[in-house]
Amino acid sequence: MSSIAHHSTAHDSAHGHHDTQSTIVFGFWIYIMSDCILFATLFATFAVLHTHTLGGPGPKELFSMPIVLAETFILLTSSFTYGLALLAAFRKHQRQVIGFLIVTFILGLSFVVIEVTEFTHLVHEGHSWRSSAFLSSFFTLVGTHGLHVTLGLVWMLGLMIQVKRHGLTHVTQRKLTALSLFWHFLDIVWIFVFTIVYLMGMI
Amino acid sequence: MSHHENEATDIEFGSDHGTVKSYIVGFILSLLLTIVPFVLAQHSFSNDTLYIVIGLFALAQLIVQLVFFLHLSTKSQARWNLNVFIFTFIVVMILVVGTLWIMVNLDYFMMH
Repeated sequence: MSSIAHHSTAHDSAHGHHDTQSTIVFGFWIYIMSDCILFATLFATFAVLHTHTLGGPGPKELFSMPIVLAETFILLTSSFTYGLALLAAFRKHQRQVIGFLIVTFILGLSFVVIEVTEFTHLVHEGHSWRSSAFLSSFFTLVGTHGLHVTLGLVWMLGLMIQVKRHGLTHVTQRKLTALSLFWHFLDIVWIFVFTIVYLMGMI
Repeated sequence: MSHHENEATDIEFGSDHGTVKSYIVGFILSLLLTIVPFVLAQHSFSNDTLYIVIGLFALAQLIVQLVFFLHLSTKSQARWNLNVFIFTFIVVMILVVGTLWIMVNLDYFMMH
């Protein structure tokens, strides 16, 4: 009860910020939609070039499905834990927010580590992006996604420090909301990478 | 009371942010929608139908995540997010389907 009362006073004092807050989140949503179009071009490129292996091995020979499935589960779980962090942020439970963010960060980091390990493994076996059109488009698509996840991790680290220093203010809540959109969006992009690159490559 | 609180933050941040229950439901559904197509792809029977079935699973997964994680809905504040998303979806479809249409056609005429 007291937390609700506290929330409503905080809310009253922040009156007038509503428009800016929701406009900023909406603006960030528009950025994410433009990022969708970037990924669409990469998916289209991959779809056109995926059969052009230049006589080299195709997806069936190159990719290890159990590892890809593990990556998918890790990213799905991190999306879930981020959702819990956001819920805790709106309930003003700072310790919970930091805790869930740390779990999300560790999951995201292990995703990136697994992906980089897989990439270096492929390159060491002589299947780099220079080998064929299929591999060029594969590394560009999956690499761009991995880069997004890495940037998301840097951002998450920054937010953890801000929450620790400034607490759960309207500003940090807004930033957490923006990162949640970004993080769930990356999860959705990965679902399509998983389906189009890996599952359809296996058939 | 808690409904009122939710409404307040909805207005502030332009979208709903769900409940623990909705996140758990979304999480379980997305796990299922990952495992089923994975198992299907390992035991392939007919190739063409399998492509379509796996594609449909990805679309179902997209909808689950949009609804349960990104909270897209037709509610007033989230409405704009949904409108922009629909526009983007159309652009993405034109881009991907258009590219494939042109390139497959080109491939066909190069070969014949």
